[in-house]
Amino acid sequence: MTPAEYYQRDRTWQPPALAPDYKTSVARSPGLPLLSLRNSLSEITGPVFGHGDIDATDNDLIRNYAKTGDPVGERIIVHGRVLDEDARPVPGTLVEIWQANAGGRYRHKKDTYLAPIDPNFGGCGRTLTDDQGHYAFRTVKPGAYPWRNWVNNWRPAHIHVSVFGRAFVQRLITQLYFEGDPLIAQCPIVQAIPDPRAVEQLIAPLDMNAAVPLDCLAYRFDIVLRGRRSTLFENRLEGN
Amino acid sequence: MPQPLDYLKETPSQTAGPYVHIGLAPGAAGFDIYRRELGWDIAGPEAPGERIRIEGVVHDGTGAPVKDVMLEVWQADAAGIHAHPDDPRHEAVAPGFRGWGRVITDFDTGLWGFDSIKPGPVVGRDGRIMAPHISLWIVARGINIGLNTRIYFDDEDNSADPVLALIEQADRRQTLLARKTAPGRYRFDIRLQGDGETVFLDI
Repeated sequence: MTPAEYYQRDRTWQPPALAPDYKTSVARSPGLPLLSLRNSLSEITGPVFGHGDIDATDNDLIRNYAKTGDPVGERIIVHGRVLDEDARPVPGTLVEIWQANAGGRYRHKKDTYLAPIDPNFGGCGRTLTDDQGHYAFRTVKPGAYPWRNWVNNWRPAHIHVSVFGRAFVQRLITQLYFEGDPLIAQCPIVQAIPDPRAVEQLIAPLDMNAAVPLDCLAYRFDIVLRGRRSTLFENRLEGN
Repeated sequence: MPQPLDYLKETPSQTAGPYVHIGLAPGAAGFDIYRRELGWDIAGPEAPGERIRIEGVVHDGTGAPVKDVMLEVWQADAAGIHAHPDDPRHEAVAPGFRGWGRVITDFDTGLWGFDSIKPGPVVGRDGRIMAPHISLWIVARGINIGLNTRIYFDDEDNSADPVLALIEQADRRQTLLARKTAPGRYRFDIRLQGDGETVFLDI
């Protein structure tokens, strides 16, 4: 069977390149239209990762940088599934996350926020989805932090999420927000997304059923990647 | 009302932000955490082909270098084969060749670079041969959704490439050509906006 191509990206659902309230986007957004390409082999393929690439404990941010004890903060599980637009699981795909600590401070040499570093918290994790597309991380809930956009802008608590999918066209980086956070509505980065329903797709609900009693709470975050054409009619990538 | 279509919507993109290195290249953020960081070895030591290095700078709309950008590279081996099961020839891919790399800039200068092998031509749509190229995906603070582009080579015959041919303004094709600066070395600068703006792709 000829390899099938992917559904085109809905650019009205995605944030535009230019979102002037997010100031840095003004000089970093292309002014000319994107050139639309139909998929070739260069687009429907992409990197493949396996269990040899990562360690099984890389998904536990409570332990993966612990030096003298556990990090300080609200202990949470973040879990969900990676699906495509046809609701089919995306198995074996690499999910990477990064975040600030409970006080909103990043372990990065360029972050100078006055909130302290947590000596037991690195702030990154990675895992592969299982055969049903499930993934899970254990971490502490990140704090809000200020950033130089408007004078008094604060990012909502968020976790950055990177996912590969099966094809280079599915590559995605996004941010997870937490249910009920009043900063979400005020954030120019979030509000770069034009459709409020799309914003809701980035808000992880509290998931009591996945919490561990007397240990940690849980949030659920499903990720949807581009779907793939079935071969109702042949979409040939190659001739003959 | 017609029947609803039951497709899910793609998760919206958000900027990778200024601290993308924490998650994807923690050594550059200033700490060691993983046994092995991913994406530093695109071709492996065994793969045949011409060893190349490509370097460049990403410029914003004011001409300033973008110093917190991250690029990802995806390419075929010297025979034009991708290390992926959807490539019909994937079982013959060069030994140790992965084809994927992750590239970050020098925080002071914005210069980035990566070592690889020059890819071979790849079969495109309808059997048309695409000239050797490397796919790029660019994320950074201020970029709300990753930008896709391609690197072609100015010492190859690109005249029959079906993707370059889609660019309506012929002058703009030049923005996708890496320029040979020395044997095995190429320069590929990217301009996000304004004069000489790089062609970005909606793939």
